Amino acid sequence: MHKTLEIFRKELRSYFESPVAYVFLVVYLVLMGFLTFFVEKYYEQGQADLRPFFFWYPWVYLLLVPAVSMRMWSEERRSGTIELLLTLPVTMTEAILGKFLAAWIFLGLALVLTFPMVVTTICLGDPDVGVMVGGYMGSFMLAGAYLSIGMLTSAMTRNQVISFVLSSVACLCLVLAGFSPFTDALVRWAPEWLVDGVAGFGVMRHYEAMGRGVLDIRDFGYFISVIVMMFVATQLVLNNKKAA
Amino acid sequence: MLEVKDIRKSFGPIEAVRGISFKVEKGEILGFLGPNGAGKSTTMRIITGFIPPSSGSATVCGYDIIDNPVEAKQCIGYLPENAPAYSEMTVTSFLDFTAGIRGFSGKERKERVDAAIEKCRLEKVRHQSIGTLSKGYRQRTCFAQAVLHDPPVLIMDEPTDGLDPNQKFVVRNMIKEMAAEKAIVISTHILEEVDAVCTRVIIISNGAIVTSGTPAELEKTSSTGRMDDVFRKVTMGEEHLLKNG
Repeated sequence: MHKTLEIFRKELRSYFESPVAYVFLVVYLVLMGFLTFFVEKYYEQGQADLRPFFFWYPWVYLLLVPAVSMRMWSEERRSGTIELLLTLPVTMTEAILGKFLAAWIFLGLALVLTFPMVVTTICLGDPDVGVMVGGYMGSFMLAGAYLSIGMLTSAMTRNQVISFVLSSVACLCLVLAGFSPFTDALVRWAPEWLVDGVAGFGVMRHYEAMGRGVLDIRDFGYFISVIVMMFVATQLVLNNKKAA
Repeated sequence: MLEVKDIRKSFGPIEAVRGISFKVEKGEILGFLGPNGAGKSTTMRIITGFIPPSSGSATVCGYDIIDNPVEAKQCIGYLPENAPAYSEMTVTSFLDFTAGIRGFSGKERKERVDAAIEKCRLEKVRHQSIGTLSKGYRQRTCFAQAVLHDPPVLIMDEPTDGLDPNQKFVVRNMIKEMAAEKAIVISTHILEEVDAVCTRVIIISNGAIVTSGTPAELEKTSSTGRMDDVFRKVTMGEEHLLKNG
């Protein structure tokens, strides 16, 4: 466990030792602010909740999470440090877990930095805190799921751009699976059970449920199972493709 | 300390390593020579557990690299080709990270890092980020992470590659200083290095061992007594002999 923590610490520190973290955080916060206040018209809707804020996450994360994940393994391959890391006395699992946790906590930090939104809402009205907590939990789990997909695509290639594009598209598929314009089109020719099954694979249903303040173990289970599956796949890819 | 038995490795249809076996005991410095593409780096990557062999085994201090990779890797200090290191880290934080992975903590961790910095003459650059270092310092930083935990086995892939003559001298002396207590394997194309540093030599070509022995024994096999003639003879084979008599 301590080796996972060493890798975790090193990775998290490395985000802040280059401009990556700062650029990312500023862009993320400005974008979320813009979308919430100007596009979703937060003030005009007259309700003290963060729905206009959380609405955008599945879409914004499509761009922002792959930007974090794309360098995870691609950079190690490109610079040759993967040879150093994998000849140290650490298991593949420890290395993958350390890197993943560092990236996830970094995204969690970005979420925490949106606290002015919460403060604003509490000052302006009487929001349901449980719903807000649910929304943040849903966003954090969503980030983890996207990140795990990005980690897999990063392990597959030494080219960061390819990793970015592949993971964005893969996450987009997961979003579209439960997205109403898409499922409405599906309903026209597919049976009910199929539409329901496809929607169940998608992130939207689980994310929106958590966003309503309903913390159901099945929604957590969905996100955790995506993360675990991607973990196993990443391990397989790395074991087969180390030197490439 | 290090035993390699009939290692083979194929990448698809290409057989990069074709049955390499050797042993290295404490106090020996084995020189791994061969033309580019001979399979030196691949063999080293197999021994250090970076890539798995297609068949064969490598045992480090009694631990098989496939069956007990973590224990075996703990006994190895590895300097890969091109001395990779995390460029955004400082020398000290990189060595501190390595020390942590190697299981050191508290006061001992700090002492190990300081000792490695001193041994590799990195005091001047200890707070500099690795990406800003010259080639010589980068090489020595990577060398420092390989020796920090005082491993019984050292594997070094072209440790003096790209260094200027003074830096080469420093690194070669660092290797010789450690030789008594360790089993060391270095791969190189620099034939003067073989005479300067190695107690034994293996020449590899096309994935197989073509000759081995002490530098003196090998030099005796050539009419000129020079290592580069020995090298050329064994790696270029019949074609060369026909041309030059």
